[in-house]
Amino acid sequence: MFNSRLKLGLALAVSVALATACTSEDQADKQKNITGIDKNPFPSTYKKVDSKPIVISNVTILDGIGGKIEDGEILIRDGLIEEIGRSVSSPSGAIEIDGEGKWVTPGIIDNHSHLGVYPSPSTRSHSDGNEMTAPVTAEVWAEHSIWPQDPGFQRALAGGVTSLQILPGSANLFGGRSVTVKNLPNRTVQDMKFPEAPYGIKMACGENPKRVYGSKGGPMTRMGNVAGYRQAWADAKAYQTKWAEFEAEVADGGSPKAPKRDLNLDTLAGVLDGDIIVHMHCYRADDMGTMLDVMKEFDYQIGTFHHAVEAYKIADKLAENNVCSAMWADWWGFKMEAYDAIKENIPMVHAANACAIVHSDSSLGVQRLNQEAAKAWADGKRAGIDISQADAWQWLSANPAKSLGIFDKTGSLEEGKNADVVLWSADPFSTYAQADKVFIDGAMVYDRSNPASWPVSDFELGQIAEGDAK
Amino acid sequence: MSFFKKLALVSSIALGLNVTTSVFAENIAIVGAKIHTVSAAGIIDKGTVLIKDGLIQQVIKGTDVPSGYREIDATGKVVTPGLIGAHTSLGLLEVGMSAGVVDATTIIHPISKVGAALDVQYAVNNDSSLIPITRLEGFTSAATGLRSSGQLFLGQGAFITLATTYDSVMKANAFMQIDVAHSGADDNGGSRAAMWVAINQVFDEAIFAKSHDMNPSKDWLGLTTMADAKALIPVLSGDIPLLVRADRSADIVQVLNLKKRYSGLNIVITSGKEAWRIADELAKHNIPVMLDPESNLPGGFDQLGATLKNAARLHKAGVTVVIGMETHNIRLATQHAGNAVANGLPHSAGIAALTINVARIFGMDSQLGSIEPGKIADVVIWSGDPLEVTQNAEQVFIQGEQVEMTSRQSKLRDRYLNRNSDKPVGYTRP
Repeated sequence: MFNSRLKLGLALAVSVALATACTSEDQADKQKNITGIDKNPFPSTYKKVDSKPIVISNVTILDGIGGKIEDGEILIRDGLIEEIGRSVSSPSGAIEIDGEGKWVTPGIIDNHSHLGVYPSPSTRSHSDGNEMTAPVTAEVWAEHSIWPQDPGFQRALAGGVTSLQILPGSANLFGGRSVTVKNLPNRTVQDMKFPEAPYGIKMACGENPKRVYGSKGGPMTRMGNVAGYRQAWADAKAYQTKWAEFEAEVADGGSPKAPKRDLNLDTLAGVLDGDIIVHMHCYRADDMGTMLDVMKEFDYQIGTFHHAVEAYKIADKLAENNVCSAMWADWWGFKMEAYDAIKENIPMVHAANACAIVHSDSSLGVQRLNQEAAKAWADGKRAGIDISQADAWQWLSANPAKSLGIFDKTGSLEEGKNADVVLWSADPFSTYAQADKVFIDGAMVYDRSNPASWPVSDFELGQIAEGDAK
Repeated sequence: MSFFKKLALVSSIALGLNVTTSVFAENIAIVGAKIHTVSAAGIIDKGTVLIKDGLIQQVIKGTDVPSGYREIDATGKVVTPGLIGAHTSLGLLEVGMSAGVVDATTIIHPISKVGAALDVQYAVNNDSSLIPITRLEGFTSAATGLRSSGQLFLGQGAFITLATTYDSVMKANAFMQIDVAHSGADDNGGSRAAMWVAINQVFDEAIFAKSHDMNPSKDWLGLTTMADAKALIPVLSGDIPLLVRADRSADIVQVLNLKKRYSGLNIVITSGKEAWRIADELAKHNIPVMLDPESNLPGGFDQLGATLKNAARLHKAGVTVVIGMETHNIRLATQHAGNAVANGLPHSAGIAALTINVARIFGMDSQLGSIEPGKIADVVIWSGDPLEVTQNAEQVFIQGEQVEMTSRQSKLRDRYLNRNSDKPVGYTRP
C-alpha cells in the first residue's frame, strides 16, 4: 500500500507503517521538511479518562471475533484489555462488577454517522454536513463541521457506541474527508478524535449527485457521475506526479519551486497513496459493479460501500474485491435505488465471506445497532443462513473497525486492545437488553444505574428535562 | 353464519364500511398457542381460536377442537390480533423521492384553501408493493393519510385492510389531520400567532356552514373553500377524529384549549414528544397519544423534552398510547413498542398500542383490534413475543383467510439465494 513516492499521506498513517524506524513526530517533521506541508494540522487531543482497574465477572462474553465465553471474566486496566477468559487476575483496589445474567461485548462502532455535522436540533444554523456547492469537494473535512455539543453523542453512548466515523453527506461525488472519533465529546472536536486513526473520504454513487447537480451544471446522469470520478482521479494522478518530480529534484540537491498546493487533490492523492480510506455511498449492485472497475482503473481500494442495499446481489464480487458493505437491517423504498432492499442482505453478504457491517446513518438508529444486528441475524437464520451470535457481532465492532483502519486498536476484546467495552443487561440480541455500563479506554463513561453520572451536552444544560432519562 | 352475525355484517355495510369478508372462507382452528386476546379475557396461555365465515367464532382455553375445522398447530407459538398501522401512508406511495406521482403529498389546488377537503379514499392503490411487505410482518389493516399538504390540514385519511382485495378502503373519512407543531406553524404564516387564529376562523366557518345552504350559486368569502368547510362539520361533532400533531408542551396546552372552545372535537395527539409533561391533563380529557417511542432527541426547540420514557409515563398517567408512525417500515412498530416496553411500558400496553387502541381511535373496535367472538378474523401466529426483534410473524390471517407469506422482497431474497449462475439472473424464477 505504501510506496516510496509517498508524499501526501498522513504523517500518522505513515508512522504506523514505519513504526519500527522512527516515531510519528520524526516522520511528520521529515515529511514537512521535504514538502513543506503539515500532514496532520488538526491533531487529536483526546485524553482517556483515568480509572482504577475494573474486573467484570460471572458474565457471558462475546469477544467480537467469533468467540463466546460463558461465565467469563474480563480485566481492564490502564485503558486496555489486560486479561479475558474464564478466570482473570483481580488486582487489589480493582472495581469489581458482578455480571450475572449479563453480557459483555466490544463497544459498538458505527462507521456511518452524521452526528455533529447534522446535529440535534436540526436547525439550518449548524446543519453542516453537505458542501453542496460543487460535485467534487474532497477539500472539505467533516471534522470542521462537527459540533461536539450534539446531544446525539450521549444518546449513542447509552446505546453502547464507543467509536464512530463522522462522514460528510452524500450529495457530492466526492463529499470530503471523514473522521473517526471516540464517543467522548468534549470542548473541541480535536478532543474526541480517535488517536492515529486514518482519514476516510466520502464518495457517492447514484441518485444523490445527479439529483443535486442535475440543474446546477451536472452531473445529471449516472454516466455523468462516473465521468466525474474518473476525471478527478486523473487530475489526482497528475498532481501526484508533479509532487513526485518536485521531491526528486529536491533529493537531487535542486531547489525547485514547490507546486501550488490544491486541498482537493491533496485528499484524492492521499487515497491513491493508500493513506485515506474510501467510503462510498452506493445502493445498487450495478453501480457498485461500475465502481469496482473505476477502482481498478485508477489503482485505489474502495474500503466500504455504504448502504449497499443490493450488496446481496453481488456478494461474491464484493468478497473477491475485498470491499466491505455497511448496511441497514431493513430500511427500504425511500428512493428507487433503495427499492430492492431485503432483510437478509447482511447475512447474505456475510455468508459469501464478504465483510458485513451494520451501520446507522441515523441519530436514532445509532442508539440500538445491536437490535439491527439481531434482526438481520434472525432473518438470516430463517432463510437458512445459520450464523452464531458470536460471529454476527463482527458486524458491529470488528468489521467496522477494519473498515476504519483501527482494528489494531479496538473492535474486539483481545488483550492489549483499547478497553472499549459494553456490559449489557441481557442478551444484546433482544429488544429488551440495554447497555448497563459503557467503558471507553478502560473508564466507565456511562452507567445506566447512576443518573447523576450521565453526561449532558452544553445544549441541554439548563433546558427542560435536563438530565432526564433520554 | 348466525342470523345475528349476518345482521351485524349487513348493518356495517349499511354504515358504509366495506367489509370484504368472504362467506366462503374455510373454518380454521388455530390450536395450542399463547393467545393475547387484547380483551377482558386477557392472555390465554394455551388456547384455541376458532375462525368461521371470516370472523372469530370463539376463543377456547385448551386444545379441544370441535369437528369441522382445519386445524393449525400453533403449540409454542404466540397469537395476537392483526396489528393495525396507526399513522401511515400505505397505498398512497410506492417510492417517495424522484419516482413519479406520490399520492401522499398534495400541491395547491382550488378545491381546498386549508387542506381539509383533501381526501385520500380515492388515492389508495391496493396493488402497492408495500401492502404485502407490510402484512407479512403481522399487519392486517392500517390508517392511511397524507404526509404533507403544505396547508393547515392534511386532509381526510382512510382506514384500509391489507388483504388482497380490489378495494382496500374499509372506512373512508376515517380521520382528519392537522399539524400545529413547528412544521405546521412554518407552513401557515410562519408563526403560531397566525396559525392558531386561522384554525379558530376555520372552525367558526365550519359552524356557519353547518346551518347554511352551501352551493356554488352562493357567495362564499371564507378562509376555507366550501368543500373545506363541509369536510370539517363531522370533525366538529366528533364523528371524525381529529389527529393533531403537536410536540412541545405549550402546543399541547393549546390543543387542550382548542378542545375547550370546540368541545365536540374528538382529539388524538400525534407525535407528542413532550406529551408526558402534561400526561395528567391528557388523561383527564381522555385524549390518546399516538407516538414514536424511540424519538428521544431534541430535533427542534419544540422537542427538548423528548424521551424514551414518553410512552411509559403517559400510560402510567392513564393516557391511551398508540404506537406506529411510519409507512415503508410501519412493520417496525413492533420494535418501537418493544423499546417502549424496555423503557417501562407494560408489555400488555405495548400490544394494545398496536391493536385495540388503534382500532378505538378510528372507530373500528367493534370489528378489529382484539380476538373476540364476532370480530373480523385478522389474526397472526408469531414465532414468539411479537415485540422481540428476533421473532417474526409466521402466518397471517386476514378476514379469516390464510395469507400467502410472500412479497417481492421475499422473492428477491429467494432469487439470489438460489441463483443459477449458468444463466442471466432473470431466468432464476423463485
